[in-house]
Amino acid sequence: MCSRCRVLSAAIVLLALAGCQREKRHFEAPPGTDFPPTQVTMSPLVTGVSATAFREQQTHIYEDNAYHLSEGKRLFSWFNCAGCHGHGGGNIGPALMDEEWIYGGDIDAIYLTIAQGRPNGMPAFAGRIPAQQIWQLAAYVRSLGGHGPKAARPSRDDHIQIPAEQGRRDEPVVPAPADPSQ
Amino acid sequence: MSLSAHSVSQPLGVHAEHIAFIWHAMLGACGLMYALLLGFLVMTLLRQHRSAPAGVELEKRIERTLILWVGLIVVGLCGLTLASFLTDRALVRAASEPQIALRVIGHQWWWQVEYVDADNSQNVRTANEIHLPVGAQVHIALSSDDVIHSFWVPNLNGKRDLIPGRSTEIRLQPLTTGRFRGFCAEFCGVQHAYMQFEVIVESAQEFAAWKARQLAGAVTPTDPLRQAGRDVFERAACPLCHAIAGTNAAASTGPDLSHFASRRLLAAGALTNTRDHLRAWLQNPQRVKPGNHMPVVDLPGRDMTALVAYLGSLQ
Amino acid sequence: MSAPRDGEDFDEASTAQQLTRTWATPRGWWGALATVDHKDIARRYLVTAGVFFVGAGMLAFVMRLQLSRAENTLIGPDLYNQLFTMHGTTMMFLFAVPVMQAVAIYLVPLIAGTRAIAFPRLTAFSYWIYVFGGVMVWVAFALNIGPDAGWFAYTPLSGPQYSPGKRVDFWAQMITYTEVSGLATAVSIVATILKMRAPGMSLSRMPLFLWAMLVTNLMVLFAMPAVMLASSFLIMDRLVGTHFFNAAEGGDALLWQHLFWFFGHPEVYIIFIPALGMVSSIVATAARRPIFAYPLMVLALIAISFMAFGLWVHHMFATGLPRLGNSFYTAASMAISLPSGVQIFCWIATLYLGKARFNVALLFVIGFIVIFVLGGLTGVMLASVPLDLQLHDTYFVVAHFHYVLIGGAVFPLIGAVYYWYPKVVGRLLSERLGKWNFWTLFIGFNVTFFPMHYLGLAGMPRRIYTYASGLGWDGLNLLATLGASLLGVGVLLLLVNMIRSARVGPLASPNPWEAGTLEWATTSPPPPYNFPHIPLVTADEPLWRERDHLSVMRGLRLDKRELVVTTVVEARADLREPVARPSLWPLLTAIATGGMFLASIFSPWAVVAGAAPIAVAMIGWFWPDQPPRADGEDPEP
Repeated sequence: MCSRCRVLSAAIVLLALAGCQREKRHFEAPPGTDFPPTQVTMSPLVTGVSATAFREQQTHIYEDNAYHLSEGKRLFSWFNCAGCHGHGGGNIGPALMDEEWIYGGDIDAIYLTIAQGRPNGMPAFAGRIPAQQIWQLAAYVRSLGGHGPKAARPSRDDHIQIPAEQGRRDEPVVPAPADPSQ
Repeated sequence: MSLSAHSVSQPLGVHAEHIAFIWHAMLGACGLMYALLLGFLVMTLLRQHRSAPAGVELEKRIERTLILWVGLIVVGLCGLTLASFLTDRALVRAASEPQIALRVIGHQWWWQVEYVDADNSQNVRTANEIHLPVGAQVHIALSSDDVIHSFWVPNLNGKRDLIPGRSTEIRLQPLTTGRFRGFCAEFCGVQHAYMQFEVIVESAQEFAAWKARQLAGAVTPTDPLRQAGRDVFERAACPLCHAIAGTNAAASTGPDLSHFASRRLLAAGALTNTRDHLRAWLQNPQRVKPGNHMPVVDLPGRDMTALVAYLGSLQ
Repeated sequence: MSAPRDGEDFDEASTAQQLTRTWATPRGWWGALATVDHKDIARRYLVTAGVFFVGAGMLAFVMRLQLSRAENTLIGPDLYNQLFTMHGTTMMFLFAVPVMQAVAIYLVPLIAGTRAIAFPRLTAFSYWIYVFGGVMVWVAFALNIGPDAGWFAYTPLSGPQYSPGKRVDFWAQMITYTEVSGLATAVSIVATILKMRAPGMSLSRMPLFLWAMLVTNLMVLFAMPAVMLASSFLIMDRLVGTHFFNAAEGGDALLWQHLFWFFGHPEVYIIFIPALGMVSSIVATAARRPIFAYPLMVLALIAISFMAFGLWVHHMFATGLPRLGNSFYTAASMAISLPSGVQIFCWIATLYLGKARFNVALLFVIGFIVIFVLGGLTGVMLASVPLDLQLHDTYFVVAHFHYVLIGGAVFPLIGAVYYWYPKVVGRLLSERLGKWNFWTLFIGFNVTFFPMHYLGLAGMPRRIYTYASGLGWDGLNLLATLGASLLGVGVLLLLVNMIRSARVGPLASPNPWEAGTLEWATTSPPPPYNFPHIPLVTADEPLWRERDHLSVMRGLRLDKRELVVTTVVEARADLREPVARPSLWPLLTAIATGGMFLASIFSPWAVVAGAAPIAVAMIGWFWPDQPPRADGEDPEP
């Protein structure tokens, strides 16, 4: 095999792996990826990986994957995260789009923030939200600040403003009574 | 009460009857045209074995046949267009005075069903199941929460799309009692296949009884197992998406479960609602219906048993 | 010494030798990449489209396997959705339209009696763009980035919110590629038919095949921009964050459907009308007489092409548009069956009046009539608003359009393969294998698709990856899958016949079927210059009227690529026109354009940055490579 062919085939394989990883729909969490980081830090024996390696693994699995990110986005709206954090810009809760992290901006730190809660208002969701969904949320939160590959990040929202109940555009519009003073 | 064969040619509603009429008219007219044309083709093929030369006379005859053929097509098409138009008018007129008003909202991949009453306290909310009294004129307002879906009960009426940002309407008037299967007919993503529902048509008394039960609120468990199940439900991930009247669960992103056990289907038609199926579903919804929005919730076996017992008691 | 011209000075052998030197494509890789010979380009197009056809067919077979029994777990929903999207997309955009245009690229200059296609470099460019687009979407599919929102890609399902990742973006850009290619080819074919017909081939003598191709490619020019617009809007919604289809911000999900079906319905006729031209050629030759009621046939073609643009709403009856408006589309959709009905009648009448010679090509035409008419009649049923509300998006519709498209386009196409194969390859296909081929396809097709009518009536929606047992669908689905295997055998037999006959088939004479049109006046396969002398057309079927001695015109240069341009209606010889020589620039332009399209999936700035290489390539393409002609002589008819 000529060297050019080898380079070419290597490039294709890399591309293939990148493509598969980015577009795969993991409907179930891959084994060894759906437990919280606390288990890693507390007992490395349980899993056999270090905390850093685990962080990198989770970042790779969730942040590089378009499906996980879009699921995170859906859950962000379903669980009404926007109620406090806005659409990333912050309101009652801190902004999520900037690079300022009170409790750390790595994916496992955000996981812990969601799971265990933080003082001054952030509730704990462990036991409420299953681990895989917290990872998806954490990855989405990081993507709000521009982390992760751009090709995997979700684009604009389709319908935040109008929930189905109010989405009736063709209802007759009642004209406002004319103001006699004008 | 068994499931009716959900076929277009078995109309069991006023609208479907009108449409079945046009179906039979079409079948007759089109069948006749097909037979005529195939007859001509067969004649042509048979003729090749005889050696009659094609003279001017024959050509003239074929020309006359062509004019006849064009006339036949024109008359046939006009007739069918008219019949179609009149059927369409009849569909508009049918069931024009609503006795029951419903709102159906399509979600990826289940149906939210709400009975809308002038008296708000009479509103009923359920999912993937529509109960109707036989003979009632029903208006259903359709809307979608995400992508385009399409509401279709073959026995009762044609289909109507649910389109985000628009509101559409469909009318039903069932003529016999029975269970009728409904489908989502517009491709709506990964689990389009299992976005089904059932229409249960029953006598007025049965319907009233059903509605009374739905209005009554969820069953409060009395035995320890089911009480434990309710605790599991309230404590675990469930209330984030589901609602059960009388508990802390009031979310609306997933189906309302207040009368879950009274429904015959589970997961929008993926399974029948039995104890075993429910357990399999709760243990891993992604194995039963891959890609749906219900996550895998890891519960210890004892909690799962209690939860299944509790949900199974919500008549 | 004056320039060498076709005339008394040179004998046949010397004329042919000089023409070959002028027109032959250079050997080697440069020649292969730079060729502008319409026959080379068309052969490539045909083979590529054939590969896509087989690929998409295999996807369909996997889908049939998945559906062969209830709750099958052969493939999951995610892959299934990619499969049917790829199947539909490939069949419609990468097989049906290109293959019909490819047949036109090969045959139109031959039937019109000229030496080349108009704008040969544009035609070469269109092939490269087409193959890049097709390969791109299939590579994406192989990398699990296959589009999964259906070949119709309804918004908002295909929008940014519900289709994460780049899957739909690849689909949208594939549309852009194939539409650019389709438009480029359409322009070339229309110009060839209108301006380059042999002298004397007035519009009233033009073979129905040319009429069909003219009408089709004019339709392409009007229909395809709509879908390009739609796909560009879609990719802008997804990439740049516009709101064309977002109801919440004043866009409209139905806008997509209108734009898509304004293209999508004419598309069906763009696929079907060329087949009418093929059928007309095969029937006339088999019956050994001109098509019965030629003027009516031409009018019917034109009527279909106009009406095709007024039917698109019948894909949207269930969306709740105003009901009275829907009824107009019912009437229009029904009306289009009138010209089709007339055409079917005229073909049968032609056979009735003639003394038909049975060959496999005619067998496929008969299969076409039997299958297509059934599909047409179910189309009449679907035109009715009330009935469509029941049948829409069920397997009844799947049955309907496979009857129309396989029956109406693929059967005539295979008939055309049996008919024109000797012209293209120079050898005849095996008729014996052809009969096997026909019957396996015919029976396999009907066993596969006829049960689907019933499945649709029984409530089976389209695009479901599985179904529960007990709904009454199991048996017929299994039957359909068995039929699909027979269908697969039929396609395999066709391939075997084509590959085998290319080597061992009996050699073909110039006119093996004793046909009447001009493509049979030259050798099989034709030389690079098509005709040693440009024919002069004096009758409707020149080869029948002048069986022994075809009138020709002389006076074209032998040392330069040159052809005759004629007037549109009367086809009077008008000008001598130079023809482009082989060039690498179409390929380079296609690479630049393709690169820009591909990169714009990932960044909108690619459109800006990509414009520069395209501009450079276009400048190279149009750089004058010879001084303007100074001789100013008139052609000598």
